[in-house]
Amino acid sequence: MQYMALIYTDPAKAPEMGEKMNGEYFELTKRMREAGVMRAGDALHPVSSATSVRVRGGKVETMDGPFAETKEHLGGYYLIDCADLDEAIKWAAQIPGAQFGTVELRPVVVFR
Amino acid sequence: MSDDPARAALEAALRADRGRLLAALIARTGDFQLAEDALQDATEAALVHWRRSGPPVSPQGWILRVGWRKALDRLRRRARDQRHLEAETVLAAEEGAEMTPEDIADDRLRLIFTCCHPALEPKSRIALTLRTIGGLTTAEIARAFLDSETAMGQRLSRAKAKIATAGIPFAIPGPELWAERLGSVLAVIYLIFNEGYSVGRHEAPVRTDLCEEAIFLARLVDVLRPGDAEIEGLLALLLLTHCRRCARHDAAGQLVPLQDQDTNLWDADQRQEGLDLLDRAIARSAPGPFQIKAAIAALHVTAGPAGTDWLQITALYRALLRYEPTAVVRLNLAVAIGEAGDLTGALAELGAVSEDLTDYQPYHAARAEFLGRAGRLDESIASYDRAITLATNSADAEFLCNRREKLRERWAS
Repeated sequence: MQYMALIYTDPAKAPEMGEKMNGEYFELTKRMREAGVMRAGDALHPVSSATSVRVRGGKVETMDGPFAETKEHLGGYYLIDCADLDEAIKWAAQIPGAQFGTVELRPVVVFR
Repeated sequence: MSDDPARAALEAALRADRGRLLAALIARTGDFQLAEDALQDATEAALVHWRRSGPPVSPQGWILRVGWRKALDRLRRRARDQRHLEAETVLAAEEGAEMTPEDIADDRLRLIFTCCHPALEPKSRIALTLRTIGGLTTAEIARAFLDSETAMGQRLSRAKAKIATAGIPFAIPGPELWAERLGSVLAVIYLIFNEGYSVGRHEAPVRTDLCEEAIFLARLVDVLRPGDAEIEGLLALLLLTHCRRCARHDAAGQLVPLQDQDTNLWDADQRQEGLDLLDRAIARSAPGPFQIKAAIAALHVTAGPAGTDWLQITALYRALLRYEPTAVVRLNLAVAIGEAGDLTGALAELGAVSEDLTDYQPYHAARAEFLGRAGRLDESIASYDRAITLATNSADAEFLCNRREKLRERWAS
C-alpha cells in the first residue's frame, strides 16, 4: 500500500531548521531508499510563498497565502510504499518533523 | 426450541465459536465486513440444510466451509460488478483447499489486536471488540453505551472501513510494538469493565453485563497468550474487583463503601482465583501498571481485623504514578494517604490536582470527606454540594447526600 506522509509543523515552534535537521532528513531519505519504501518526498518553501487558487464562475481567483488558517502548516511530504499501517507508522515516527509537529498518514487511493 | 434441532445446533455452535469462526474468515479474506456478511450467509444456509438433513457431525467445520464459499460468491459478484479480476484469480486458486475443523486455527488474538489498534477511535475499539470478539449484537452494544442502534451501527461500519482503507494489519504485533499494543488491548478490556462497573445494576437492568464480558475477554487473551504478567495482572484486577459486586449495593440500591461491605457476600472463588493469579504474575518479575492495580485491589479484599493496610496502598499508588502520572492516580494516592491517617498530607496532595479535577465528582467527594475529618465543616459541606451536582448516577448522589447529612448531624449534636 502507498501512504502519503504529510508533515505539518508550526514554524514558530520548530527548532532552527539548521544543518542538523537537514542532515536528519537526508539520513531518513537514504534509509527509506535502501529499504525500498521511498516513492517520493520533498520539502516545501514556507507558507509565505504560498498562492491559493480557485475558480469561481469561470474566473480564476488567486490569493496570497495558504488556504487553511492553522498554526501548523504543510512543510513537506514523503510518499512511501509499505505492507501495512504499522510499517507506515514506523517510518512516519522517524520523520524529524514528528518530534515537534504532526505527521498525517493518508493511504493513497488505487483506481482500478 | 427443542422441536427445532437444527436451530439448537446452530445456536450452540455460534455461542461457543462465533468469535473463532469470524476470526478465521477475516484471516482468510482480510476483510471484516465481507467475513461478517459471509458468516451471516452461512448461518442462514445452515438452518435450511440442517432442517432438511439434520445437523452435521462438525457444525463449526460446516459453517466455516460454507462461510468461505459464501465469501467467494460475494467476491465474485463484486469482481463482476467492479472488475476486480485480480482478487478473483487469487481466491479461485485457494478454493480447492478443503477445510476441516482442525484447520480452524485460532485467529482471535490477531483479531483483538486489529480491533484495539490505536489508529481507531477509543470508543470504536471498544465497540468493535465487543462486536467481533465478544459476539454482542449491535443493538446490545448500543444499549450498553446508551447510544442509538443507528449511531452504533454507523460507528462500527466506519471502524471496519478504516481498517480496510488505512491498511490496519491483521497481525500480532512484533516485539518492538508488543508492549504498546498489548497496553491498548488491555486498556480496552479495562474500559469495558469500568463502563459496566460504574452503573448501578438497579439503574439499567437491561444493560448487558459488561463486567462479565470484560472478564471473558481478559480470560481469552490470557489463554491465547499464556504467561504474560500484565495480562494476568489485568484478569486478577477484574476478578478482585468483581468478586465484591453483590456487596456493593444494599437492598435499596445504595452504594456501600468497602469498609462497610458484608464480606460474606463476596464471591470467595473469584476472590481466590484473583489472588492466585496475582501471585503468579508477580512471580514473573515483569512489573506493570495492571499488576500494581491488582495488588491494590488485593489489599482491599484481604484486610484483616487490623483493617486495610493503607500504608502499603500508599506505596503502591506511588509506584503506579511512575507508569501513569495522571491526576486521577494522584487523587487515589491522596485518599490512601488520608486513610493511612495523614489528613494534612492528603489535603496537600488533593490541592496539587485541584485544577485538573475541578469537574471530577470523586475529587470533591474525597476532599469533602477529609475536610470533614479535619473539622473544617463549612468547606466540607461546600465540597459535598459540588460533588452531588457532579454525580452521574443516582446511587452516587444519594450516597453523597447521606454523608453530608451525617456530617451535619455530628456537628449539630
